[in-house]
Amino acid sequence: MTRSVFRFWLPLGFTLLVSAFLILPVLLSVLAGVTLNWQRGPAGGLTFRWVAEVWGLYADTVLRTLLLAGATAIADLLLGLPLAYVLARHPSRKARLMEELIMLPVAVPGLATALALIILYGGWQSLRGGSVFILIGHVLFTLPFMVRSVLAVLAALDIRTLEEGAASLGAGPWRRLLTVVLPNARPGILAGALMVVTLSVGEFNMTWMLHTPLTKTLPVGLADAYASMRLEIASAYTVVFLLMIVPLLVLMQKAAAAASGGR
Amino acid sequence: MGGQPERRTQTPLAIRVEGCARTFPDGVRALDRVDLDIRAGETLALLGPSGCGKTTLLRLIAGLDHPDPGGRILFDGEDVTALPIERRRVGMVFQSYALFPNMSVAANVAYGLKIQGMAPDMRRARVTEMLEMMRIAPLADRAIDQLSGGQRQRVALARAIAPRPRLLLLDEPLTALDAKLRDALRVEIDQLLRALGTTALYVTHDQAEAMALGDRVVVMTHGRIAQIGTPYEIYHRPAGRFVADFVGLMNRIRGTLSGDGVRCPGGIVPLAAAGPSHRPAGARRPGDGAPVEIQFRPEDAVVAAPGQGHVRGTVTASFFLGDRVRILVEGVGTTPLTVETGGRIDPLTDATLAAGAPIELRIQSAPLAPEGEA
Ligand SMILES: Nc1ncnc2c1ncn2[C@@H]1O[C@H](COP(=O)(O)OP(=O)(O)OP(=O)(O)O)[C@@H](O)[C@H]1O
Ligand SMILES: [Mg+2]
Repeated sequence: MTRSVFRFWLPLGFTLLVSAFLILPVLLSVLAGVTLNWQRGPAGGLTFRWVAEVWGLYADTVLRTLLLAGATAIADLLLGLPLAYVLARHPSRKARLMEELIMLPVAVPGLATALALIILYGGWQSLRGGSVFILIGHVLFTLPFMVRSVLAVLAALDIRTLEEGAASLGAGPWRRLLTVVLPNARPGILAGALMVVTLSVGEFNMTWMLHTPLTKTLPVGLADAYASMRLEIASAYTVVFLLMIVPLLVLMQKAAAAASGGR
Repeated sequence: MGGQPERRTQTPLAIRVEGCARTFPDGVRALDRVDLDIRAGETLALLGPSGCGKTTLLRLIAGLDHPDPGGRILFDGEDVTALPIERRRVGMVFQSYALFPNMSVAANVAYGLKIQGMAPDMRRARVTEMLEMMRIAPLADRAIDQLSGGQRQRVALARAIAPRPRLLLLDEPLTALDAKLRDALRVEIDQLLRALGTTALYVTHDQAEAMALGDRVVVMTHGRIAQIGTPYEIYHRPAGRFVADFVGLMNRIRGTLSGDGVRCPGGIVPLAAAGPSHRPAGARRPGDGAPVEIQFRPEDAVVAAPGQGHVRGTVTASFFLGDRVRILVEGVGTTPLTVETGGRIDPLTDATLAAGAPIELRIQSAPLAPEGEA
C-alpha cells in the first residue's frame, strides 16, 4: 500500500503539479485572448474578434517571421552541412575547437551578439534597415544547432568509413555525397532544420535589438502588443503565436525520435 | 560458399609494393619502407600484433592512403600510386563492415554494380547470384540494422565481390564475431577465395586464421616485414625469435654441442633429431663445446617410457584441453618446456602427469641455432 503511494501516486501527483505550473499561465493567456472582456471573465462571453484583429494588424509580421525562419534554415543548411561534414571527416583537436567556437553566440547573451552586429554592420544603412540584418543575427544564433544535429548523426554512423566503403566500390566524391552522406544525414538535417526554424520564430533578445519598426517579427510584435494594446489583444497574439509554434514543436519531437530511434 | 561461382575470365592481378613507408602527421611511423610482392591469384595473409602497421599497409594498397614520397604501388606493373581507391577496382571488406544503413541488403550489394553501369536486369541477376552464394538470399530486402554480425559479414563480402574486383582486401573481417561463427566463416571464406581465384590480401592478428587462409603469410612487426613464407615455413622455419613466438609456442633448450648431441641439464638430445632440413640456413656447423640452442614446437616432443627418452625433467602442471593434453616440464633446460600429447589421458587421475612426477621426453625434430640467434 505505502509502496504504491511512493512508487505511483506521488510521482504522478508531482508530474501533474509541474505540468500545471508550466501550462497554466499559457492556458490563462489563451483564455484571455478569446474572452470578450477579461474584467468580466470568460462568463462574459467568448470571441475570436481579438484574434482576427491581431491577424489584421500583424499579418505581415507573421509572414516576415515565417520567411525569416525559412531563410534562416536555408542559410544554416548551406553553411552548416559542409561544416558538419568537414568536422565529421576530420575529427581532430582543431575541429573540436571550431565546434566550440561556433557555439559561442549561443552562450553569449543575444543582446551582446546583436550589439556586436550593430557595431560591425550598423553604418551600412541599407543592411541595417532590412530583414537581412535580422537574418544574419538568426543564422549566427542558430547555426550551431544545425551543425551539432547533423554532426551527431554523421559521427554516430562513422561516415568516414562508410564513404571509404562506397569509394572501394567505385564511387567518386559527388556520388558518395549524394548516395551515402546526404541520405544518412537526413534525420539530423531534418531535426536540425526544425530546431532552427523554431528557434528563429521564437527568438526575441537579439531580434529586438536588430529590428526596425518596419522589420518586426512575431516575438517583437508580441512585446509591442503587450506594451501598447489592451490585454485581450495581447493575449490573442499569444494564441496566434502558439498556433504557429506548437505544430513546429510537435514535428521536431517526431524528427528527433526518428533521428535517434530510427537506427 | 553455396553455389559454385562462375570462373573469372580476367586474369588475376599481381601487386608490387616498392619502398612504401607511411609517416603520419603526428610523427608516428606506422610503416617502414616495405617491399612486398603479391603473386597473381594468391591469398596473402598479413599477420602481426596490434599496431604493427597491417591496416596501414592494406590502406596503401587499397588506395585509401598514400605512401611517403618514394614509395610506389604497382598493379600488374602499372604504377597506381596516385590513383584513388575508386579508380583501382579493388574490393574491400572492412572490420566494421561499413554497410550502408540507408539501403537494403540487396541495394548494398548492387551499389558497385550500379556504378559500373550494369544494366538493371543483369544487376538483379548478379545480386541474386551473390546473395545465394553467401546463403543470405532470404535477407535481400532487410535493412542493415536488422542483421546479425555474421549476416552483416556475409553482406559485406557479397558487396565486395559482386563487381568482380581485381583484388580483394579484407581487414580483420572476422574479429567482431564469436569463436564458433569465426571458424565457420573462415572455412567459407577460404573456399570462396579459392573458387574466385582473385588475388586477395587478408589482414589478421590471429595466427591460426592466417595459416588456414594464406597461401603465403607475411608476418609484420613494428612497421616492418619480419618474414614471408608458406604457413609451413613460417611455423617450422621461423626467421627469428619474434616470428617463432608469434605464430605458436616455441620451446628452447640451451646446451653445448658434444659429439653427436647437445648436452643440456636434462640429458643429451641427439643431433639426428634435428633433420638435415632443419639446419639453420647458411650456418656452418659449430664445433664441439659451442653453446647452441635447440628449438622445437610442443607437438615435436613425445612423452617416452622410462629409459627411452632423450631428456629427463619434472612435470610442473598439466592441462586437459579436450583433443590433447598440455604438459609443462622443468629441469630440462633453463626455461620450462611445453609439450603436448594426444590420446585419452586424464591428467587429474593419471599419476604420471601429476605435478612433481618425473617425465622423459623424446624430441622428434628440432632446429639448432648458435645460442642467442633465431
Ligand atoms: N591516422 C593515424 N594517425 C596517426 N597514427 C596512426 C594513424 N593510423 C594508425 N596510426 C598508428 O600507426 C600504427 C599502425 O597502425 P595500424 O592501424 O596499421 O595497425 P594494425 O596492425 O592494423 O593494428 P590492429 O591489429 O590493432 O588493427 C599504430 O601505432 C597506430 O597508432
Ligand atoms: Mg588494423
